[in-house]
Amino acid sequence: MPRAIGRSAFAVRCSMFARRSWRLRYQMTATDTAASVDAQPAARSSLWGDAWLRLRKNKLAVFGIVFLALVAVACVVGPWISPYTYYDAAFDSGFQPPSTRHWLGTDQLGHDLLVRILYGGRVSLGVGICATFVALTIGVPYGAIAGFVGGKRDAAMMRAVDIMYALPFAIFVILLMVFFGRNIVLLFVAIGAVEWLTMARIVRGQVMAVKRMEFIDAARSLGFGRRRIIFRHILPNVFGPIIVYTTLTIPSVMLLEAFLSFLGLGVQPPMSSWGTLIKDGAEVMEEYPWLLIFPGAMFSLTLLSLNFLGDGLRDALDVRSSKD
Amino acid sequence: MFRFITSRLLQSAFALFVVVSATFFMLRAAPGGPFTQEKAVTLEILRNLEAHYGLNQPLWKQYVSYLGSLIHGDLGPSFKYANRTVNEIVGEKFPVSAELGAEALAIALVLGVGLGVVAAIRRNSWADYIASTFGMLGISVPTFVIGPLAVLAFAIHFRWFNASGWYGPIDRVLPAITLGIAYAAPISRLTRGGMLEVLHQDFIRTARAKGASESRIVLRHALRGGLLPVVAYLGPAIAGILTGSFVIETIFQIPGIGREFVNSAFNRDYTLVLGTVILYAALIMGLNLAADIAQAWMNPKVRLE
Repeated sequence: MPRAIGRSAFAVRCSMFARRSWRLRYQMTATDTAASVDAQPAARSSLWGDAWLRLRKNKLAVFGIVFLALVAVACVVGPWISPYTYYDAAFDSGFQPPSTRHWLGTDQLGHDLLVRILYGGRVSLGVGICATFVALTIGVPYGAIAGFVGGKRDAAMMRAVDIMYALPFAIFVILLMVFFGRNIVLLFVAIGAVEWLTMARIVRGQVMAVKRMEFIDAARSLGFGRRRIIFRHILPNVFGPIIVYTTLTIPSVMLLEAFLSFLGLGVQPPMSSWGTLIKDGAEVMEEYPWLLIFPGAMFSLTLLSLNFLGDGLRDALDVRSSKD
Repeated sequence: MFRFITSRLLQSAFALFVVVSATFFMLRAAPGGPFTQEKAVTLEILRNLEAHYGLNQPLWKQYVSYLGSLIHGDLGPSFKYANRTVNEIVGEKFPVSAELGAEALAIALVLGVGLGVVAAIRRNSWADYIASTFGMLGISVPTFVIGPLAVLAFAIHFRWFNASGWYGPIDRVLPAITLGIAYAAPISRLTRGGMLEVLHQDFIRTARAKGASESRIVLRHALRGGLLPVVAYLGPAIAGILTGSFVIETIFQIPGIGREFVNSAFNRDYTLVLGTVILYAALIMGLNLAADIAQAWMNPKVRLE
């Protein structure tokens, strides 16, 4: 039969297939599940629409989204509208407990703790997002290319990842921070350079599964180049796992940043991140416990929200937990 | 199997060489030196010190001579602790960290596997919810928040423990639990997932049909497969426990190798930094290899190549 169809017509059908396959694939699964659940004619639904519906039913994930949104808005807007700044010291009002003037109290130098937490949130969340972005820009293309080319080149690329995986990277990051100053750009580049390895492994596994599907054959038979197939046809189909692991990478990056800050290697005063605030608070917690508890609670709740959201997305997008 | 182990050992030796070289040259590229912070050092004394430690020689010569002594297991003299070798310092400090790590790991395994198994058997019961809450909190509340809070509550408020120090067995309790909990959480999540997958398989139904008791099914049949994800996680987990002890050692003022490492980096104690980096790298690679072998031993489907 295919021979009866003119080559050009076949090519057109293939290209339609290749373009629409991504949606088709999910529309099929969506209608299948909808039909099996309530046997009604499925309404128009898409992968992302379905995932959003499932996510909205997950209370913990919704809590995560709402909390993260509040924190993000507070961290961006808060420092502008607050009457205090993170750097203005007021030595006569140090170590004040929470009051109506200073909602979360003040620290040693009389800084308002709330505004310092909000400002620290900008740094912590900023580092988390930027370093994750670094990890994405290295890990996704690396994993996608390795998974797509396969064979010896894939083996060599993944062997390199394995070797790097076994290196004590936390130690290298510590050394970098000690030697080359507590430079915030260096910080997230260094962390991102550690975190891309896992991302590369996950993306590779997903790409290897997707590349065997028919619509990739279709794209290939149209003579599309390798780069086009990887970035236009395969990667959109592995967005789900990428989004899930991105959400889960952000908290681990924030943990690493706070870990470094706790060792005295984070951002420098008068700037603060949640890690440095926790460190400062832990030093004086005996007399002034609120200086430890508020930043610690803020940091933990944010990580908790990100983890809830990541778990919820994983369930909603139905991503298997296997890494390779 | 034998080929796998030899090839991995060779690979690790190469990786170790890369680690040593990278650290060596990074140390030298970094601003400052071991004697720059010293107050009132005249130029002459500085020259003498540098000559004493061989720092006045060309860099490649220092590198070659360091590698030469490293092959003989000699990590060189410390630059900051006068008249002490790095081998001595590591030999004194490392057992402390190793003990803390081993205790934390034991707590993490017992607590994590126990909770995970119970959660999987009694799925969607209150025990399951407690286990998942614990798992979520454990991965979201970092050790440097739990640690100080534990000190605040149990050492300062209730006075059950000392707030810091490393003398009697009682001083082990808080640090080991704090560090252990952080790893018990992911272990319990992995155990639960692995057990749930195994408990649905045919051989479990067969065992049940043959009248095996529930405890025998869990302990003899399911656990072996259900713990595979945990074993795979142990390599990175042990690495994390080792580096995580930096924070614990700082919080509880424990004289371990982690604190020594951070201090030595600040002090530019070149040989001590290198010595601890080599120790950590070798440990992490060795433990990863051990985890891989254990995984193959537990799961015939995994082939080592």
